[in-house]
Amino acid sequence: MEILLAITIGLLYAAGIFLILRRSMVRLIIGLILLGNGANLLIFLLGRISKGKPPIIPEESKVFLDAYADPIPQALILTAIVISFGLQSYAIILVKRAYRVTKTDDIEELTTTDEI
Amino acid sequence: MENTVGYIPFLLLGILLYTSVLTFPSVRSNGFRSRFSPLVPIVSFFYFLFGFDGSVQTTTVWDHSLLPISITFQIDGLSRLFALLITGIGSLIFIYANGYMKGAKYVQRLQCFLLLFMLAMLGVVLSDDLILLFIFWELTSISSFFLIGFKNEDEASRQSALQAITITGMGGLIMLGGFIILGEIAGTYSISSMSSPEIISQITSHGWFVPMLILILVGAFTKSAQFPFHFWLPGAMKAPTPVSAYLHSATMVKAGVYLLARFSPVLGDTPVWNIALISFGGVTMVYAAFQSLFRTDMKSILAYTTVSALGIMVFLLGLQSSDAIAAVSLFILVHALYKASFFMLAGTIDHETGTRDISQLGGLGKVMMPLFAIGILAAWSNGGIPPSVGFLGKDLIYESTLHHPAWAYVFTGLSVGTNIMLFAAGLLVGWLPFRGTRSHPSVTLPHWSLWVPALLLALLGMIFGLFPSIINNGLINPVADAIAGTEQNIHLKLWHGFNTVFYLSLITMGVGFLLYNLIRPGAKLLSFIESAEHWGPKRILHALANEFVGVSSWITMTLQNGKLRIYLLVILGFLVSLLGYVVLSDTNFVIDKEQLTNITIYEGITVGILFISVFLTLFSGSRLAAVAAMGVVGYTLCIIFVFYSAPDLAMTQFTIDTLTVILFVLVLYRLPRFIRLDFSARHILDGIVAISVGALMTVISLEVLQRTPEREISDFYALNAYVMAKGKNVVNVILVDFRGADTMIEIVVLTIAAIGVYSLLKLRLRKNEKME
Repeated sequence: MEILLAITIGLLYAAGIFLILRRSMVRLIIGLILLGNGANLLIFLLGRISKGKPPIIPEESKVFLDAYADPIPQALILTAIVISFGLQSYAIILVKRAYRVTKTDDIEELTTTDEI
Repeated sequence: MENTVGYIPFLLLGILLYTSVLTFPSVRSNGFRSRFSPLVPIVSFFYFLFGFDGSVQTTTVWDHSLLPISITFQIDGLSRLFALLITGIGSLIFIYANGYMKGAKYVQRLQCFLLLFMLAMLGVVLSDDLILLFIFWELTSISSFFLIGFKNEDEASRQSALQAITITGMGGLIMLGGFIILGEIAGTYSISSMSSPEIISQITSHGWFVPMLILILVGAFTKSAQFPFHFWLPGAMKAPTPVSAYLHSATMVKAGVYLLARFSPVLGDTPVWNIALISFGGVTMVYAAFQSLFRTDMKSILAYTTVSALGIMVFLLGLQSSDAIAAVSLFILVHALYKASFFMLAGTIDHETGTRDISQLGGLGKVMMPLFAIGILAAWSNGGIPPSVGFLGKDLIYESTLHHPAWAYVFTGLSVGTNIMLFAAGLLVGWLPFRGTRSHPSVTLPHWSLWVPALLLALLGMIFGLFPSIINNGLINPVADAIAGTEQNIHLKLWHGFNTVFYLSLITMGVGFLLYNLIRPGAKLLSFIESAEHWGPKRILHALANEFVGVSSWITMTLQNGKLRIYLLVILGFLVSLLGYVVLSDTNFVIDKEQLTNITIYEGITVGILFISVFLTLFSGSRLAAVAAMGVVGYTLCIIFVFYSAPDLAMTQFTIDTLTVILFVLVLYRLPRFIRLDFSARHILDGIVAISVGALMTVISLEVLQRTPEREISDFYALNAYVMAKGKNVVNVILVDFRGADTMIEIVVLTIAAIGVYSLLKLRLRKNEKME
């Protein structure tokens, strides 16, 4: 399964990069989101994956009695997901705004600040 | 005489404070404050004159506890002579400049730069620490940049200033390299502690000695305008004359000579030192003296004679005999006295007549008697005619070349030749403009401040010559002690009897006078002689500078062309090649199957859906389909989180993904349809870059999986989540308790983004923003 997930990470990165290299701003944002997903999965995989062992201490105990999934990557990813939501929503609204002002979706036409 | 050295830091600070006060805009009439400025160098001059007697004194202001650097000032005979020249000539120059610049704009600005320069120069000659010395050294380059380019509306001025700072700044940087090597092999950055015999032998026997010496020499040679770096000095004559008189006669150009003299006890008397200094100094003194003969601009003649005089000093420092050291100690003073008066003379003539061209000047002696006196006195000292102090100086120079063990004839011949040419050049400036028919009938004697300072200096040259005992023990002998590093015994005498040196002096004067009568510089000769300079290093420097600008603009136009795609391709290409190289050269591509978990059917299906959705996102022509497929990618990730024990992640991912898709769809209908804007060649290139980054990430993650993870911090959290923070969900405890402050900042970030989104939505377009 790790190999499959590693390939998935590669695919998400490749797709994200391909999309941010496009000239359409909508594709740029989709690319950013895919890149973010790829990065999250990368952190998740590198923290080692294990099934059915969530990092939650059992009801009757004060410490873990069994092996448990690494909580640090999870905490990192949780933060990352929330922050990237802030970034994405801002980017989406910004693109909408930019389109209303410049009437173009083409990034390569936006080479100067003078037009805006 | 104790503890006077302790005031040096306060003196420097005081100069700085006064300078900063001077920069405030003037409330009262222009130039009111500038009238007091000469007091600063005058006070400093008397401090250095009466506060010290040439003995060595040191004061440490600050000492770094870890790095081998400190702010330490030391004054000895050499430093004191330079400090006296800097402040003494500085005082006269300030008085002169007030007269010269009367009514001109920006007098205060000129004074600020001059004071800053004086401060830097004092710092150079008083620093005992290599790094401190370097800082002041660069400060002299920077302040002289502003002084040379003072007439900033004149393009030639600006170019000369740039040229000067390029040469001296570059030399300074090279010198810093030498300083660091020197400091490292000596084990100390304090110049005074290097002069113990053990450290000297440790330095001179080190393998890096020769490269270090060459680097330091480059710094000194560029500053002191030695051939082939000399050309910036004649160029620097674009500065107002008070600046030329100050920087380019007595102070800044002698910083290189000072540096060589300062290091002479440590680095001197080694074969490389002797050969380099004798050859560069020798070439410079002859070449520049020759060049000076054909100039018509007074300042240009003076610039070349200055270069030649600096060559003589470097040459003498290369000889290293005690005669030569005595000669250079005296010659530093002699040259400063007559050259500064020459420069001020040229400035005054320029100020009154509007020209400095000696072929257009004549007969000025009738109306400007005091100026004529300055010219005669300065030319007298310059020519080494008894009883001037110049005669003593030249005497010692001949003495030292005659006593050279191997090359006495060659060196004597060279210095006699140089002095003959300098003699003639001195007459061209000090004598010629005052003789003959009057060229400017309306000119009268100017204000006293324009000639008294120069006359004072010229007279001093004569007084010191008649009564050499005034300067012998108090001033010159300590200088020689410092340069030699041992006790020297100098007896300056005017009359030595009819010996070889005396006959050589007679020859110099006689032939020099003949040469003066033969040479009449004119435009034709000038253009011929300038062609020699044309093919020099100046040309190489200019070509280099132009190339540099060309390459920079090419790189900027190529890389920073405003197209996001190019920026990204460059960054990614760099990333792939660098990381790829490391990964490929360091990876063995062996995957230990034992550690891996098996793939179940439901996992396989989930990942399969993810793959399909990614491809749909990539290649769908419909925006809605692309966004929806992107949402599916997020949901499959969410399921993977569920499989692998991350329930919190799954919940967050599910919520956020839903919100993103909704937001996207809400604004999507306002956005244009996908247009296929790109060519397919671009698709292929982008595809290759994207796939290589993706493949690289896959390889890296597989490679990392082969190594044993560190779980120390995780174990800490797991152990303490309940014990310390009373929470059972470790991920939650980390976020809200252990790293609570981080989470709070994260909320702030989200809030800022929310405010941004809200304002962008609510903001109405201004009229000029509407494109329709």
